[in-house]
Amino acid sequence: MKLSLVGISHHVAPVELRERVALPLERAASLARTLGDAVCLSTCNRTEVYLAGDDGSRALSSLEELAGAPLRSVAYRMHDEAAALHLFRVSAGLDSLIPGESEILGQVRAAFDAASPGPILDRVFRQALQLGKRVRTETAIGESPASVPSAAAALAAQVFGDLTGRRVLLVGAGRIGELAAGNLAARGATIEYVANRGIEAASELAQRFGASPLTLDDVAGKLGEVDVVLTSTSAPGLLVSAADVPSRRRHPLFFIDIAVPRDVDPAVHELDGCFLYDIDDLEAVVTETLAGRRVEAEHAERLVALEAERFREWQAALEVVPAIASLRARADEIRSAELAKLGSLPEHERRTVEAVTAQILNKLLHLPTVRMKEAAAAEDGATYADAIRHLFGLDGER
Amino acid sequence: MAEALFWPAILGYGEAALAYASPRYTRLATWGVRLGWIAQTALLAVQAARVDGFPWSSWAGSLNLFVWFVVGAYLIWGCQQRYRLVGLSVMPLAALLFVVSRVGGGTTSGTRSHYGNLFLTLHVGFVLAAFAGFTLAAALAALYLLEERRLQRRAPDILRLKLPSLVVLERLTTRTILVSLPLLTVGLVAGFIRLRQQNGGMDALMAATIVTWFVYAAFLGIRPTGRRGARLALIGFALVIVTRVVLAGSHF
Repeated sequence: MKLSLVGISHHVAPVELRERVALPLERAASLARTLGDAVCLSTCNRTEVYLAGDDGSRALSSLEELAGAPLRSVAYRMHDEAAALHLFRVSAGLDSLIPGESEILGQVRAAFDAASPGPILDRVFRQALQLGKRVRTETAIGESPASVPSAAAALAAQVFGDLTGRRVLLVGAGRIGELAAGNLAARGATIEYVANRGIEAASELAQRFGASPLTLDDVAGKLGEVDVVLTSTSAPGLLVSAADVPSRRRHPLFFIDIAVPRDVDPAVHELDGCFLYDIDDLEAVVTETLAGRRVEAEHAERLVALEAERFREWQAALEVVPAIASLRARADEIRSAELAKLGSLPEHERRTVEAVTAQILNKLLHLPTVRMKEAAAAEDGATYADAIRHLFGLDGER
Repeated sequence: MAEALFWPAILGYGEAALAYASPRYTRLATWGVRLGWIAQTALLAVQAARVDGFPWSSWAGSLNLFVWFVVGAYLIWGCQQRYRLVGLSVMPLAALLFVVSRVGGGTTSGTRSHYGNLFLTLHVGFVLAAFAGFTLAAALAALYLLEERRLQRRAPDILRLKLPSLVVLERLTTRTILVSLPLLTVGLVAGFIRLRQQNGGMDALMAATIVTWFVYAAFLGIRPTGRRGARLALIGFALVIVTRVVLAGSHF
């Protein structure tokens, strides 16, 4: 057993338990150092400790100490190929709450960078990071938005393309509106105005986005100045009617109405150059994109399985490495002893003899080396390594 | 030689046309477009080397050149993996027209051209390049109308089966016409010079081409946006179809 994993995640533990073992990066790295050759990955959805040459009992005890409760019934423990497979699924985003979310890849990288891993953990984490990137490049698993605020921003981009310089009017200072506005701003849009029934809340949010505060009475007058209108108030009636919308002959106007009851008159959608998406439309888009992510996840699972197989082969080859090293050392020892018997030779002749004997040795040992590695991958490695040790009298070096 | 080069070209285009049907194979599709276009470029080069004068004087030969222009323009403007649906609308048409060109004998080498005149070479080459641009503009305009319709109908799969944004499609349509109209202008001027040299008269195709020029000039003059712009680009393309398909035999 060379690689082990101990951890809990959102699949097996409630948030009350997860939050007790969730560690900031520095503390996670510190825990890893106390456990030896280890990497600790701690996010809001999981805390996992990957270890080399350890069965994980000490790591489990450490986690139980943090949780202040026994974790044996909920913690998972995996070894070797299974542990590697799990890490690969994690970095690919396949073990996440939302399949394909990209944040986890950065968290895996940060955990790896903060630790001082030995060769096995170094290998498995590098493979995991490469795979994470590959999955996101070769599949469309992370391309579509997975939440209503991000879908709203993606739809605006579907109308305008690059949102840089596009002006947004945010109506309502609620949390979900703020999130959606944040998504639009992250894509380059400018939050130009924030309107709210209470001007104080509008001012506070407007300040955060560098926007101008407005009252709800000012909204209609600003519709001609913006490209996107995002509404999320708790007003009982409509705030924007079709008659309020100025004629937009040259530029489209995109309405995102997240409010329930709705803030924007549905007739706005019928106006030339106007598009209106309400909460139901956005949720339908998110449902569809999540279904798409699940389809892509099947493809990603195949990539993960291939990577796990590569790791298994590499790890199996490690079993025969000491036997190969001993065999080569013994052969070199014999060669050196025989060369010593040659006595004094001119320098150029000695160099020629050394080169020829080294070549003979390499050619002779090449095939057994390759065959042993192949056998290791096919799970016969230990048998072959034992046979080599026995045949060449390497037993004492085991 | 030219005949042999037809096969890798059609293989590339055909592979791209099929591969664009699945989101998983868009990278392969892109390579199919690139390799197919390189093979077709080589085919055209061989044809040009073997013939005195302009080698694509027949309707089938001009179709061959036309396909090359269309795919070339697509490679420059829209060949991106995330816009699979653009490829899916362009490449099957390109592959089909390329096969039609071969059936009509447009991919062979060694046919002697009766177009040795520089002006005429410019005329046919520039007009074909312009028509290829108008074809691409029409494809972009059609995609604009499709995407606008999907947004109007609030299609739930709109972010899964992605097209370029409305603004990008509109901009590309305008730019493509902006590049193509001067080419058509040069082609027409060259044709009129030749016509004058030979004291020839107007025919139906020439009249239709002039009307086409006016439609696209109106497009650039008025710069209609949104669905009106897309529709005008499609009206222009309908005239291109009339000149290229219905009236082609009356001119060559």
